[in-house]
Parts: sequence; C-alpha cells; structure tokens
Amino acid sequence: MSREAEQAAPVPPQLDRADVRVKHEAGIGGAIRRFFDRVRSGDLGSLPVIVGLVIIWTVFASINPIFLSSSNLVNLLFDCSTVGVIALGIVCVLMVGEIDLSVGSISGFASAMVGTLWVNQGWPVALAILAAVAVGGFIGALYALLFNRLGMPSFVSTLAGLLAVLGLQLYILGSTGSINLPYGSNLVNFGQLLMMPKFVSFGLAAVPGIVMLVTGLRTVTRRRAANLSAPSTGGLVTRAVVITVILELIVFYLNQARGIPWMFGLFVGLVISMHYALTRTKWGRSMSAVGGNREAARRAGINVRLIYSSAFVLCSMLAAFGGVLSAARLASASQQAGTGDVNLNAIAAAVIGGTSLFGGRGSAYSALLGIIVIQSIASGLTLLDLSSSLRYMITGAVLAIAVIVDSLARRSRVSHGRA
Amino acid sequence: MIDTPDEPVPAGELVLSLRGVSKNFGAVSALTDIDLDVHAGEVVALVGDNGAGKSTLVKILAGVHQPSSGIISFRGKQVTLADPSAALTLGIATVFQDLALCENLDIVANIFLGRELSPLRLDEVAMEVRAWTLLNELSARIPSVREVVASLSGGQRQTVAIARSLLLEPKLILLDEPTAALGVAQTAEVLNLIERVRDRGLGVVIISHNMEDVRAVADRIVVLRLGRNNGIFSPDASNQELVSAITGASNNSVSRRAERRQAQTARQDQTQEPRP
Repeated sequence: MSREAEQAAPVPPQLDRADVRVKHEAGIGGAIRRFFDRVRSGDLGSLPVIVGLVIIWTVFASINPIFLSSSNLVNLLFDCSTVGVIALGIVCVLMVGEIDLSVGSISGFASAMVGTLWVNQGWPVALAILAAVAVGGFIGALYALLFNRLGMPSFVSTLAGLLAVLGLQLYILGSTGSINLPYGSNLVNFGQLLMMPKFVSFGLAAVPGIVMLVTGLRTVTRRRAANLSAPSTGGLVTRAVVITVILELIVFYLNQARGIPWMFGLFVGLVISMHYALTRTKWGRSMSAVGGNREAARRAGINVRLIYSSAFVLCSMLAAFGGVLSAARLASASQQAGTGDVNLNAIAAAVIGGTSLFGGRGSAYSALLGIIVIQSIASGLTLLDLSSSLRYMITGAVLAIAVIVDSLARRSRVSHGRA
Repeated sequence: MIDTPDEPVPAGELVLSLRGVSKNFGAVSALTDIDLDVHAGEVVALVGDNGAGKSTLVKILAGVHQPSSGIISFRGKQVTLADPSAALTLGIATVFQDLALCENLDIVANIFLGRELSPLRLDEVAMEVRAWTLLNELSARIPSVREVVASLSGGQRQTVAIARSLLLEPKLILLDEPTAALGVAQTAEVLNLIERVRDRGLGVVIISHNMEDVRAVADRIVVLRLGRNNGIFSPDASNQELVSAITGASNNSVSRRAERRQAQTARQDQTQEPRP
C-alpha cells in the first residue's frame, strides 16, 4: 500500500491508470504489442476477413490478372451494394441473437412490388420504392409480433416467411413471371451507370480521416480534462493520415475505370450510419445488451420487446431496400430475384465479416467486408469461367471456415476470460 | 410525497419501516404481520430458512410484488411500491442474486445500462469518469473499466453490480445473497464493500444463509420463520440462539453440540478446580 502510494506520489495518477497491476503500453511499439495481445486472446476483430481477402485476391489475381483490374473492381462494387444492404439488416438481427432466413424472399418480393407498382400500375417510382420498403417493414413487424407475443423462434417464423413471401412474389408477378424495368429510367441508371464525379469521390474519401481526426482530438481534450488517459495526438494524426492515403489510393485506382458507383456510396453511407447507431447510441447499446443477456437488459429497464421489434423491422426493411437495388441493378423484377444464393450470401457476409451467430458481438462493417469477400469469390470464379456448382461449393467452404474461425476465437476468448 | 431522493439523509434516520406487512399467494400466506425497521448507516441482515419469506419480502421492497396488507413507510412517509421503477425512483436499489450483468459489454456500459448519458450521442467520457468515481468510492479493485465483464472474477462482478445500484444515489440498498457462490477472498471483499456502502450513510438490507458473513457486517439480525418475525438479534448472539430462532427447534445438531461442549468445559472446570 505504502509503496504504491510512494510510486504514485510524484504525479497524481490518472483515474484509469491508478491500478498498478495493469500494463499500459504506450507509443507505436506498445500499440503493436497490444494488437498482438488482443489477437492472441481471441479478440480478432476484422483481422480474419482482411487476411482472407488478401489470400482470395492474391489467388484470383495470379490466375487471372483481369480480376484486379479497376473495371472489374468497379463491377464488384455494384454487385456488393445490393446484397450488402441485405447483409446489413442481417447484422441487426444477429446482434440480438436472432436470425432472419427470409431476407432473400423479402428482397425478391420488394423488387416484384416495385416492378408491378411502377411499371404495370404506373405509380411514381419513389412511391413504389417506399411502398416496397414499408411492406418489408410490415413483414418484419409480423416476425417481431410472433416472436414477442407468441414466443415463436425467429428461425421457424422466418423459415415460414421465406416460403410465404416467395409465394407472394410469384403471385404478384402473375403468369408473365418477369417485368422489365425501363432502361434509361433514373432507377436503372442508378443501379447500372451512375458514377460519382471524380472530385466528389476524392473529396468523400478524405472525409473519414478528417472526421476521425476531429472527433479524436475532441475526445483527447475531453479525456485529458477529465483526468483520464488519452491516446497520443501523434498516433491519432498518423492513423488519420494512413487511412486517408489508403482510401484516396483506392479511389484513384477505381477512377482509372468508371469510378465509384453512387450505389456503392449509398451502401457505405448506410454502413456508416448503422455503425454509428450501433456503437454510439443508447439503442445500439441496448441491442448489444439484449444480444448478450436478455434478462439483464430487461432488469436494467430496457424495453426488450421494442429492441427485438426494431431489429426485425430494420432487417426486413433493409432486405426490401436491397431487393429494390438489385432490381435496379438487373433492370428487371423476375421470379428468380431473391432466390438461390441471395439468402445465404447475405447471412454469410455478416458472419464472415465477424458478426457472431450467438448474439451480442458484431459490427456494421462486417456487412461491408463480408460482402466484398463473397462477391470477390463470385467474381473471380465467374472470370475463371467456372460453373455455379463450383461457386456454391467454394462459397460454402469459405462460410464454414469463417464460422470455424469464429468458434475457435470464441474458445480462445473463453480461455483468456473474455467471452 | 417524498421530496427528492437526492436530499441528504441525516445519520441514523429511519429510512424504511414496515408495519404489519402480509403477503398471500392464493391460500398460502408467505408473509404475516412483518415489522421491519432500517435506519440510515445501518446493515440489517435478513435470515431465515428456505421458504421463510426473505425473498418475498425483498421483492415487495423492490416493487416486484405488492403486499396484501400492511404499511410501508419510506423516510417517514407512507408509500406504495407499485413497480420496480417506483422503488428505484424513491431510492430503493436492489442487487439480485444473479447480478444480471451483460458479459459482452464493458464495465462502464454495464453500470450505465438503460441509463446512458445523452442517448443519441453517448457521452463515454462522462460515463467513464462517473464509473471510476463510483468504483473508487467503494475502494474497488478493478483494473480497468474498459474490460468486458466476462473477464472479471465473481467478487469484481458483485462490485460492479453494487456500483451500478449506487448510480441513482439510493437511500436503501437490498442485497440478495451477495456472498453466495463466492470464494473466501472475494467474500471478504464484498463484506468490505457492504461496510463502505453503510459508511456512505445508506441503509443496507442483506439476505444471507451464511451466519459468519451476517455476523461480520450486520448491525442487527432479523430472523424470519414461516413468514413471521421470529426475533431480532444483535450480531454477538450465539450461533445456537440464531439457529434455534431460524429453525424453531431448540433441539438440533448445533444446540446438541453446544450443550456437549458446555458440559465438557464444565467437567474440565470441575476437574481443574481441586488443583492449586
């Protein structure tokens, strides 16, 4: 006791640095050591997906150099945006430890609705999209009702929904089975052609670094004022500069071809908003709490039912919106929309990106990173002219590996007392 | 109406007083005519056998159950505890046996769960400072408030649960079996914690089956038996007295052993007496 006091005497210890038992690494070396410590204890974060992405890209690029060409990557971004938005909804339900297996059907149904209302019935396109998203939300509210009031496991209710909503999709498409969306319309342009002007994309790529720097510096001043330890300003600046340089390089490379699709910009915007909502708002905190320990959340005064409802509704709405985007991308609403691998790709993307299937752990960025992995595989295999049979097998294997990594990391967290 | 829970409580003031509180579940009367007083800066231990009504009583005080009859006064004024939030706003905090912490969240998030500062833009700095202040007031040995609760020991978790209950500045804190499932060192830690909470001028009610722990911290021991008051003891009451009050039987293994020991010492005294 007295020794501790003597050691602490010269400088009054910061509130969070008073305990002598905890190592606090400082500087760049410390940051690297801390990173390795964290990884070893099973807190992998986005590491596996980034390593996986590097491997996948290296393999495909060595087989076919076109894979890494900027024009192919631009197409990749278009494809990412549609399923990525659906995966973002999946992140929401996985956060609370539930699942929605019907997102594919909902996306197909939404695209069919837009096709019917807009092309066949002559509604304004915005109204048709709004209606599709609203109906998606209604389906989610139905799942929430079944879950909250009747205690129906989301696994079963959404499996039933998968079939029922697919039926609805076939019903409203009628005997023709497919509706072509008019080329040249704003929606199809948005889904296929609309690119950011170069200066806009360069400008937007600088925003994350600037925001990071500004909020980071504000936090540092506030923490110092409150006598808490704060990261060094130098480290903050370095990180912001590195991120800005990386993003600008990516943008520069993509601008060699057509540039950055607005649709991808919209997707990234949604990801960032979701990330903010999940990490920096009371709602997001409640989502993690409900996913981690439902009873504890209830006793803490959180309206657990409302949180579950918000997750289901948000997931279905994002699925419907993703369906609208994919209709725009394909310029058609067909019976095939949303079937096949859309469902699994969306769920796989969220899981590969690092959102836990067991609830309470996840991040909006996992939808972005995961869908890039999935679409890279799809795009690479298409370039190799491989059949979809092989594509399914390989995507399945990647999903299995992702879940194995998640389970191993979880075990490691348990043995390091962090699960 | 109670003024504000933030108003300081003078030392020794009667915080909580129950008169003739009864609770029936259908034909079963779980509690009959319970009287209980808790003063500020006092630890009252509630002991009793399984089914004696301890948990029912705590649930009534926490607002989970409503009494069938009887009067509850809080700081001199009669109150009804309609639901848990009513108890909380009055200044009665409860730490349940199964702590109810979210293991995937860090300590700050757990302490502020459901009461986050600035909901649309969480004020992490202010919350962290407040968390440290609370933990330091309890002299808690928590290495970092940014660790997830999963990495904490049982005693540290209890500390977090108690710190969380202190967040709203309660006047009375109810602890249900705070030392159950804890090791020796951690039990000592929690008992220290209870003393510190008392020294802050709060009324403390603890439920425990462990007579050692009860005697270590309690200022008064209230025994319940079959839903009725069965005596109030001071902490230096003998184990035998307590056990017979709890079980209602004066003939049990504790009393028999105590009798044997008494007889033995008496015999030794007799044999030692003749010697010079």
